[in-house]
Amino acid sequence: MLSPDILLAGTINGLLTGAIYVLVAVGLTLIYGVLHIINFAHGSLLMLAMYAAFFLWRSTGIDPYLALPLVAAGGFALGYVLYRCVIGRLSRGKDENILLVTLGLAIVIENAALFFFGGDTRTVEVSWAAETVEVGPAFLPLAKLVSFAAALALCAALGLYIARSDTGKAIRAVARERQGARLVGIDVEATFAISYGIGIACLGAAACLLIPSFYVAPTSGHAFVLVAFTIVVLGGMGSFLGALVGGFVVGVTESLGGLLLGESLGQIGIPLIFILILLLRPAGLFGSRA
Amino acid sequence: MSARAATAALLAAALVYPLLFFGDGAWLVRSNYAIDVGMLALFAAFLGQSWNVAGGFAGLTSFGHVLFFGTGAYCSTILHVGHGVNPWFGWVAATTAGAALGAAVGHLTFRVGLRGSYFALITLAFAETFRVLANSVGFTRGGLGILIPLDQRAAALQFHDPIWFYYLALALCASGLAIAWWLTRSRFGTYLAAIRENEDAARALGIDVVRQKVRCLALSGAMAAAGGTFYAQKYLYIDPSIAFGVDRSVEMLLVAMIGGAGTVFGPLVGAGAVVALGEATRALSDARGLGLILYGLLLVAIVGFLPNGLVGLVRAARRDA
Amino acid sequence: MLEARGVTKSFGGLLALDGATLTVSDGAIVALIGPNGAGKTTLFATLAGFLEPDSGTIGFAGGDVTGLPPHAIAERGMVRTFQITQPFARLSVLENVVVGAYLRTPHRGEAMERAAAVARRLGLGDRLNATAASLTVAGRKRLELARALATRPKLLLLDEVMAGLNPTEIGEIVAIVRRIRDDGVTIFLIEHVMQAVMSLAERVHVIAGGRIIAEGTPAAIASDAAVVEAYLGRGAARRMLHA
Repeated sequence: MLSPDILLAGTINGLLTGAIYVLVAVGLTLIYGVLHIINFAHGSLLMLAMYAAFFLWRSTGIDPYLALPLVAAGGFALGYVLYRCVIGRLSRGKDENILLVTLGLAIVIENAALFFFGGDTRTVEVSWAAETVEVGPAFLPLAKLVSFAAALALCAALGLYIARSDTGKAIRAVARERQGARLVGIDVEATFAISYGIGIACLGAAACLLIPSFYVAPTSGHAFVLVAFTIVVLGGMGSFLGALVGGFVVGVTESLGGLLLGESLGQIGIPLIFILILLLRPAGLFGSRA
Repeated sequence: MSARAATAALLAAALVYPLLFFGDGAWLVRSNYAIDVGMLALFAAFLGQSWNVAGGFAGLTSFGHVLFFGTGAYCSTILHVGHGVNPWFGWVAATTAGAALGAAVGHLTFRVGLRGSYFALITLAFAETFRVLANSVGFTRGGLGILIPLDQRAAALQFHDPIWFYYLALALCASGLAIAWWLTRSRFGTYLAAIRENEDAARALGIDVVRQKVRCLALSGAMAAAGGTFYAQKYLYIDPSIAFGVDRSVEMLLVAMIGGAGTVFGPLVGAGAVVALGEATRALSDARGLGLILYGLLLVAIVGFLPNGLVGLVRAARRDA
Repeated sequence: MLEARGVTKSFGGLLALDGATLTVSDGAIVALIGPNGAGKTTLFATLAGFLEPDSGTIGFAGGDVTGLPPHAIAERGMVRTFQITQPFARLSVLENVVVGAYLRTPHRGEAMERAAAVARRLGLGDRLNATAASLTVAGRKRLELARALATRPKLLLLDEVMAGLNPTEIGEIVAIVRRIRDDGVTIFLIEHVMQAVMSLAERVHVIAGGRIIAEGTPAAIASDAAVVEAYLGRGAARRMLHA
């Protein structure tokens, strides 16, 4: 049996990772909640944002944390354009079609990265990345603590924005009642594109917070696809609070799973949660969708 | 040319093709590589057909079809290497296991009403679960993978000359085409099309939707599992990422979608296009990824503008002519 | 043929069917009328097995079909059509009808023959190879009917097969429905087109608030002004009598 200290450290570690997952999943759940699109390109867009943060750092020396607003803005622009030019135009049909279109985008993005950047693993080296902070029984990497705090702050900001701003109100109106929103004069297509843009902007932020303690390669997005979907179905498609709780649950599950079942078998937790939730409680923990 | 004559011509060409390249008596030039490329195209067409049976004919879009492929590969290989079972029997066992797994997954998911994107994602999760398991448990030898001892006798389902694997792949591909053709001519296939188009209407007309979908996934799973054994016997090595990696799921889907989902010849056309494009881009450029960029773009374009894929394009051209 | 007793169905807190009780006798044409939201389509969906009743029983052709799944009920001979037509859009008209015909035979040739015959009878003979998606509203209504008829039903539940049609088309459908009945199929239909109800139906059930509140011949129902006014709205009785 593992000592309580190790379990506690594992839990804390899981929470720290979970915060990044939350940021990745919030974008996905926003996109689902408003557009009812299952965005399979989410992982590869995250990978692309990580490359952006990496190249910004390598060419200009900008610390990824400082580059966050820039990468997030770039993510928003890319998302907006992608929706307007590709996804929105093809979204007339069935939801499988959208899934296939976003799968196609994922294949293109991932292999374009392979083609242009090569298959090497790249890391950002910032001076403080190796520093640790003592929290209870654990020594925690500073980078993870900073990203934890930043992820929570960004989620709170996003939640406030959706709840209070005019754009946020439009987004919520469109999510709830498309026709009604159109009748009261909301530009539904623009709101869709903005929502998709915000979803991808979240990925930009997540990428900047991730990269100091992670690495980037063309396949970096893979690991996050199933994780993000698991969080979103766990929390309930379209629920912010659900994504928040789901992100932490998944982060801790992954961390403790690794400790208890070993490095290899420990990875089974995420796909298993995903399958069980869909089979047993498809509305998720916080969702209202039957 | 009638469809029947075209099919006969195609079959004749496929039978003759390896003779152009095989052995000292090669009609054109001796090239095992050319035979292997042909074999790969036929094999990809067969796996694509397995996806097509579920994804194309019944609208059961799967993102994790490699689940069945890998199960078949591991099933015959473990029986052979671990228990001394002849691979030909192992092949039958693997196909049966694929059918059983398809039925089991179908039973679990269709009974709770999962469909569309949710079905696609849950198949992906099943494949990932199996990959992790294969990586972790003892009897698959984990990440080390399993090496099949060299024993190049037909009785051991291994061949010295690549031409026999070519003809085996051709037989698989032809049986896949026969299954697809049967689906266009049978009650079962018509029921699947009805379910794909409108489940409520299908139900109202007396179709047991869950039962038919389960049968369909069992059939499709059996085919992919048979492909898994073929792969293992050809390359004599499998590991968790070869057997359950997401790339092969995507390839099966791409081949069927690009060629024309829900058409008999779609996977064959798609496999031809994918393999030809792959060889061409490899010849043009050293950099990896170019071929897949094109497939990805093709997939987006086809979903958006050509729901019947390249086959649909040909049909439209013939109508206009 | 059909006997529903105390069929109750609620969604969340909303009571959609509140003890609905009715019978449809063999070989009859019976209409179900009522205001919007009265529970007409819910009742049909429940009879055909698409919804499971919270309580009550449904007897059909001498057996109890309460709680059976739709395909089992269709198998026994009760087949519904949909108010909003549900074609197999990318299949041809003939293939659409073949799906229905396959319920009674596994053989393709036989199913095709029967389907073609049914489709021709419903005036779809010149559109057999067109895709269902290319049909007009009237064509889709006929296709819906043809598909159901190809299953050789004992009882057809027709949910507003005349809505959205012009008077000529309505006249044609009325004749078709009558002919179907003459061939031995019992008809239970939801209809808003009062002219059709008056000319077709032998019995009329009035549903409101999820209950059957009146039952009788069309003439009797129409003259029961109180019932009609109360549940179908002011002026409805006059409209029915003049229809």
